[in-house]
Amino acid sequence: MNTESYAQQQYYIKHRRHHNTITFLRIFLLIAFLILWETASRLHWIDSFFFSSPSMVASYFLKMLKDGSFFVHTGITLFETLVSFALICILGIFSATLLWYYHPVAEVTEPYFVVLNSLPKSALAPLLIVWLGTGMNTIIIAGISVALFGSVINLYTCFKQVDEERSRLIYTLGGTKFDVYKKVILPSSVPGIISNMKVNVGLALVGVIIGEFLAARRGLGYLIIYGSQVFQLNMVITSILILCFLALLLYQLLQYLEHRNKKKNAIS
Amino acid sequence: MNPTLLRLQHIDFSYHTLHGETKALSDVTFTVTEGEFLAIVGPSGCGKSTLLSMIAGLIRPESGTITFAHDSPRIGYMLQQDHLLPWRTIWSNILLGPEIQKNLTPAKKEKAMHLLTDYGLLPFKDKHPNELSGGMRQRAALIRTMIMEPELLLLDEPFSALDYQTRLLVSADIGRIIRHSGITAILITHDLSEAISLADRVIVLSKRPGKVVRNLPISLTLPDDSLLAARNAPEFHHYFNILWKEISDEH
Repeated sequence: MNTESYAQQQYYIKHRRHHNTITFLRIFLLIAFLILWETASRLHWIDSFFFSSPSMVASYFLKMLKDGSFFVHTGITLFETLVSFALICILGIFSATLLWYYHPVAEVTEPYFVVLNSLPKSALAPLLIVWLGTGMNTIIIAGISVALFGSVINLYTCFKQVDEERSRLIYTLGGTKFDVYKKVILPSSVPGIISNMKVNVGLALVGVIIGEFLAARRGLGYLIIYGSQVFQLNMVITSILILCFLALLLYQLLQYLEHRNKKKNAIS
Repeated sequence: MNPTLLRLQHIDFSYHTLHGETKALSDVTFTVTEGEFLAIVGPSGCGKSTLLSMIAGLIRPESGTITFAHDSPRIGYMLQQDHLLPWRTIWSNILLGPEIQKNLTPAKKEKAMHLLTDYGLLPFKDKHPNELSGGMRQRAALIRTMIMEPELLLLDEPFSALDYQTRLLVSADIGRIIRHSGITAILITHDLSEAISLADRVIVLSKRPGKVVRNLPISLTLPDDSLLAARNAPEFHHYFNILWKEISDEH
């Protein structure tokens, strides 16, 4: 059964060995860091009141699991992020479509999009609170505001980059501009849309946390800001770590989507 | 003599940019009769493709008229590349036209099956374009055009993206398919041999601004039906020299 040459087998072995080494070093780095952190706090190299420690984080995390606050705060943040993300995607694709469809609209509004995109969106948060009050609406809008403008610019560029000859093909078959959009522009842009979504989900999370800093009574952003005010650093660091996992999870979800789409398109 | 299908009269066209005006076509006049295979040759940039876009109605001439024997003729257009959409199978690529025209009837599907069988692509029906060779893709593109049952077929250097060998085979192949179907065709090319071997008549356009400088009927004695018969016909070199002289004079 084994028809591969010796050199090819050696290549496989070398490749696997390299892969294993990388995985090992990654895990080693994490464990070494945790041990160093724990040791440093136990031996009072650092003040565990300010810097916490892995065991303190773990016990705080368990406490959050037991009293259910983990689910409340993580759930709220996750929900707000997903709603923002969904609205960014819908509004982004809709606006980019509008710009592509009516070119003069794109020409007129372009500088405004550029300015809104370069503006640090956290500066808008206080204004949003005054206008919309504290609560979930403000936080979701903050999430949207961080990603929307960049998303529109990216998607519009993506639509414009589609080979014009493909659009011409649709016209030669008697199609309308809407046919060009439906049959060529949108399907051609699927990879671009997915990679844009990967960026958006991270930015939505940034926006939601900014919103929660200023206008929330629940959520991970609230825990971080509240914990820092009452010097509950265990709370702060645990929340940040939960946030890390949340971000990773959302990113991986889209990575999976992208992977599946690529696989679907490369059937050969 | 067959009736006239298409008449172009005194066509002028310019491209406008902020750097000025580029005259692309000047006073182009010719007619195409039904069932004829016309080739248009000329140096690059002489407005050949512009001419086809005008006949297809994608752009309008600045002056002059384009008239068809009857209103709303069905026009098929083959572009330089096949432009098969990579996310669709061959089957759904060739049905793109009927799909757009909301005319995806069982009769159309049956016709598609016939064409796939005729052009030897039936086994590749459910494959994606990237699984096909360049020649097969160009044939699939031809099916996508033919399924619209065009009266007039416009070919804009449809073989130029293929390598030389494939190009000879595919052009002879597609030439034969078009001839058998009796469709009127206009082929744009800069390959003189291709023009002579495929067309009934060759029109030479001058360099920019393009005008008709020669209108040459082609009549080849074909010893057999082989793929390269036309290129081996005794008159081939005679025609080639005439066209070559016209083109070289333009440079």
